[in-house]
Amino acid sequence: MKTPIQFQLNGEDVATFADGGANLLDVLRESVGDLSVKGGCWQGTCGTCTVLIDGAPRLSCLTLAESCAGKSIETVAGLRHGPDLHPLQSAFMERFAAQCGYCTPGMLMAAKALLDRNPNPTRENVVEALAGNICRCTGYEPIIEAVLDAARGDSRRRA
Amino acid sequence: MLELRKDIFADERDDNLKEVGQPTQRQDILGHVTGTSAFYDDHRFSNLLHLKILRSPHAHARIRSIDDTAAARAPGVKRIIRAADVPVNLNTLLSLIQFGKDDEPSLATDIVRYKGEPILGIVATSERAARQALPLVRVSYDPLPAVFDVEEALKPGAPSVNATYPKNTFEYHDKYDHQKLRFGDVEAAFAQADVVIEDRYQMSPIEHAPTETNGSIAVPDTNGRFIVYTSTQALFFSLDTCAKINAMPSNQLHFIGGTVGGGFGGKVDTLTEPLVILAARLTGAPVRHRLSRHEEMQFGSPRGAERIYVKDGVMKDGRIVARQVRAYFDSGAYTRLSSYAVIKCAAHIPGPYTIPNVHADVFCVFTNRTPATAMRGFGVTALDFALECQMDKLAAAISMDPLEFRMLNAYRDGDMKAHRREAKNCALIECAQVAAEKANWPLREEFRRMSSRTGGAATHAGAVRSVTPAPAAPGTRTAAQQRIPYDRGITTGPTHSAPPPTPPRSAPPPPAPPPAGSTHGAPRFSSVFGTRRR
Repeated sequence: MKTPIQFQLNGEDVATFADGGANLLDVLRESVGDLSVKGGCWQGTCGTCTVLIDGAPRLSCLTLAESCAGKSIETVAGLRHGPDLHPLQSAFMERFAAQCGYCTPGMLMAAKALLDRNPNPTRENVVEALAGNICRCTGYEPIIEAVLDAARGDSRRRA
Repeated sequence: MLELRKDIFADERDDNLKEVGQPTQRQDILGHVTGTSAFYDDHRFSNLLHLKILRSPHAHARIRSIDDTAAARAPGVKRIIRAADVPVNLNTLLSLIQFGKDDEPSLATDIVRYKGEPILGIVATSERAARQALPLVRVSYDPLPAVFDVEEALKPGAPSVNATYPKNTFEYHDKYDHQKLRFGDVEAAFAQADVVIEDRYQMSPIEHAPTETNGSIAVPDTNGRFIVYTSTQALFFSLDTCAKINAMPSNQLHFIGGTVGGGFGGKVDTLTEPLVILAARLTGAPVRHRLSRHEEMQFGSPRGAERIYVKDGVMKDGRIVARQVRAYFDSGAYTRLSSYAVIKCAAHIPGPYTIPNVHADVFCVFTNRTPATAMRGFGVTALDFALECQMDKLAAAISMDPLEFRMLNAYRDGDMKAHRREAKNCALIECAQVAAEKANWPLREEFRRMSSRTGGAATHAGAVRSVTPAPAAPGTRTAAQQRIPYDRGITTGPTHSAPPPTPPRSAPPPPAPPPAGSTHGAPRFSSVFGTRRR
């Protein structure tokens, strides 16, 4: 039994059908086709699938898709504006804040949620905001530095 | 700040390095930060089928019967894949380089040898349908006694784990049950050592836990070919392994990968590809097999557990005169790459130190645990943990600074290694000097002036190798400024009854002395960069 769902994805209206009990991660990837969201554990432990729902960071693998009806969802696919990268993206590039790249979408969204509500975070704020995201290449330091750089406005570039 | 000590290798290569120390960007990072890097599972196919694997709940059991009739009739199930469907259902990874015997089935036939071992595959229209059909398969087992400890596995009467290697040890050169290293006479040296320390070190298996789990998608192409999108770290290795298991020419396989969501050694085992290719072949449809996080932890191979016994003999002046190592690698139920790890381990003993008497036995042992595989320096990492713990204990026992103790025993150019290779291009002393400086670790003057280039055994055979201070009595280290001649063990030191550095009994003679005229004895030659500049 499939259920129709409508929500906003990166500012665009989206309508799709979800299997009963389907999670938002699967609906975004399999039904809507937004492959920028990655699945890591499908059990809410790694933070890889983090998206913003009405501005708050949420684990899409544990979010019931039907509960997102009418909400606004943001993913990495909507982070850049045309050719202009988001300052977080530029900072991640300049700071070598990605190795394998698999945790990066979740890291970026968790960091964006932080900067959206606190544009001048301390290092402790950044660590706290990223505490739910695992990077198994263990590149945490460059990631923290990149978020602080982005907050300071040190990074701006075009792709 | 990053500082490059180019002077250390100045005469070894044309030092035209331009990138080190400079900020740079990964060539693939734009894709990573925009979410457009295509990992294996970021490819979409219509009519994609999904493979899930029924796994053994037992660590060791005989399979009496398998009844999959109910599963085959379950909603969405397209095909059951049984052991009999696998064209070549016995393989070992390193058979591609003629190392080791085939010992591992893709799907278990009569016996399961570890918890999580694949038994049967279900291909269905959705991952959920495949997963829901798994419990409908009825398997009847006779549990067998299992062994989980490397030393227990070597005892007489222990359960035999691996049918290809019934004695629970990998066979080297078809006859040796372990790797041996013999150099000098450790027993004589232990008898004369001032202090002997023996200890046991144990490392547990370590899961790589990449954020992207192992997986692959096989897509039927034209002319009998298959395109395989995979998370593998070893694209061509995996391709050849799949060609062998599926009994097909390798030119029928087109592997696409390279964008790997974390590997660290845990994606070299070709865990998923052979069966998705087989499933795509049997169904004519694209098939994906993606490990769940639970499967990645239970069935995905870890860094193997290791148990290492180290016994060292040391003189009060700081010389290590003997090192004996007995090490057991827990390969799990099958070989995978542990046979190779054992060779690496044996080649790394006794660590980066010149020790005149070395004795080592390293075993690759089969147990009923998840097969182990590569992980970042496997074979060497655990051994180094053990050896460096020993080094600290030895230094403490003779009241010596642990860093100076390491420098004193470090390889120098021209020293003879226990493997009967001459030490070349040594730099441990220089590394220690820089590290001490950075860490504000006080080194005495003679250690600050020490060099890997001088004092090596080959240049100074029979001569005093270098001068070091006398060992300090506990609590009086700074006062101990008198010097005694330091001997590397080639001849007996004048003030200590060092063990006679017995030459290896049945060993080949050491190589000829280096050509005369060299300023420091060891001919400067690098196997990587060719003959060095002078």
